[in-house]
Amino acid sequence: MPTITHYLALSLILFTIGLAGVLIRRNIIIVLMSLELIFNSVNISLAAFSYFLQSINGVVFVIFSITVAAAEVAIGLALLVTVYRTRRAVNVDELNEMKG
Amino acid sequence: MNLASLNINIYSLLPLLMVVGLALFVLVLDFFIPRGGKRALGYVSALGLVCILPFVPMFIETVPSYAGFVIADTYSAFFNVVFLVSSAFAIFISIDYLRRLGSESGEYYYIMLFATAGMMIMASANDLIGLYVGLELMSMSFYILVALRPGKGAEGALKYFVLGAMSSGILLYGISFAYGFSGTTNVNEMAAIVYRLPDNNTYLYLALALIGAGFAFKIAAFPFHVWSPDAYEGAPTPVTALLSVGSKAAAFAVFLRVFAVALPAFHGQWSDMLWVISAATMIFGSVVAIPQKNIIRMLAYSSIAHAGVILMGIVVNSSAGASAVLYYSLVYAFMNVGAFTVAALASRGDGGEQLTDLRGLASRRPWLAFFMALFMVSLAGIPPTAGFMAKFFVLASAVHAGYYWLAVIAVISTAIALFFYARVIFYMYMRDYEGAELPERSLFTCVTYGVVLILTAVGTLALGVYPSAILDIAVRAVGPLFTI
Repeated sequence: MPTITHYLALSLILFTIGLAGVLIRRNIIIVLMSLELIFNSVNISLAAFSYFLQSINGVVFVIFSITVAAAEVAIGLALLVTVYRTRRAVNVDELNEMKG
Repeated sequence: MNLASLNINIYSLLPLLMVVGLALFVLVLDFFIPRGGKRALGYVSALGLVCILPFVPMFIETVPSYAGFVIADTYSAFFNVVFLVSSAFAIFISIDYLRRLGSESGEYYYIMLFATAGMMIMASANDLIGLYVGLELMSMSFYILVALRPGKGAEGALKYFVLGAMSSGILLYGISFAYGFSGTTNVNEMAAIVYRLPDNNTYLYLALALIGAGFAFKIAAFPFHVWSPDAYEGAPTPVTALLSVGSKAAAFAVFLRVFAVALPAFHGQWSDMLWVISAATMIFGSVVAIPQKNIIRMLAYSSIAHAGVILMGIVVNSSAGASAVLYYSLVYAFMNVGAFTVAALASRGDGGEQLTDLRGLASRRPWLAFFMALFMVSLAGIPPTAGFMAKFFVLASAVHAGYYWLAVIAVISTAIALFFYARVIFYMYMRDYEGAELPERSLFTCVTYGVVLILTAVGTLALGVYPSAILDIAVRAVGPLFTI
């Protein structure tokens, strides 16, 4: 029987992988995937709390969070396409027009 | 739970619904207006916001409505006024700015309005779900708006997007732990529950650290500021003005609501964390602004330093500190929008807004130089401008609460900041004009910018000379936050 600790550990592992992916990976598509991982790890944690606390708010929050994450990744891909059209680059390192 | 206990009250949401309605109206209108006449949408948006402004103080409900999701108290009304004023200014200067940039479009205006609606949701959210949705509506609108400048806009927007989305994820993770230890997402219920919890709750520490980090991203506090100079430089200048004023004020509104209303029981824990962030942000912003050559980047770092000062008011966690935060937000809206307006107007060509563009401005455009000097003096915090009074109230609340070292750091950072603000004035008045002549502006341009500059200048001076009226309102607005 899994307890809340198991779910939270899973959520923490996914969150850490996602955060590391955003900070370390240079390809923006991988970065976008890592962002999705962060949001989904939080969904697991919210749903687990909701189930073990016997409270509906967490599940409602998950629905909102999934919707927002979908909109967010749509904007992210749109921006990526715009950047690729002008710069022909998908790497974070190549986005260095502005400095200081 | 019956329907009456939900307390459904349409009036508590009316100003917000008006802004959303205006945005949808502009969206539909966009289909009927030919490509050359998009500036009409700008007038509709700006005048619409001005018309909505008087309705904000009319609908104040101190009781949370919609099952505790929304609270339309004087606190949220104060912030709504800040958002509407700064957004109306920003849209008004956009009309001519976009025409010069050659990228007039309808979506610019209604996304600007949706961003304003997002800020208003944040200010009146009484539940972490509503807070998060408002924050995302605002952030996503800004991701798009930053990208709307041809050229470097997309790069700035992508950097802003990656870090902004990551910070939203961190904030959401913190909110999940706050929900985990309290069992509720409602701010008031959380406040009632956390008093009974032991101090050494692991979830609590995680929640405080992660929510604090998430909000610190949104106000661009050190070390979470990395996105802001690039996003500010890449964005169209009117968007930068709204981004630095509106989004920051909205983030402070929720910062204060979550930490002062929901988690005052753990002031000892979170004030230490915010103390360090505040001190580091003030010093970092002031020092790094000095070598900047681009005026927008300089204002971005100055904005980081100001966020550090405003954060002091939250660290203090008293009525005086919170009302100083509100007062500072309003003052900052006037002086910073004004400074960005001059920056937008004084730039030559499309090579960005270089500090050297301002050389000898006083000999060619004396009024423009005068307004810029006024805003710089106010941003630096020199009397009799509003910037001085705002800083004074924050510092007074910190000293009163015994945060002497934080106040000392704030004074030192203000002294450092004086250098780069004074340099702008020096460039405008002491250097000779060189390079190409400034292009002649049409009467239309002069009128639109003139109205914004005069109103922001009047606000900057009036709030500095006669601060008590607005400060009284701010003190009364934060009253309900500190009653428990």
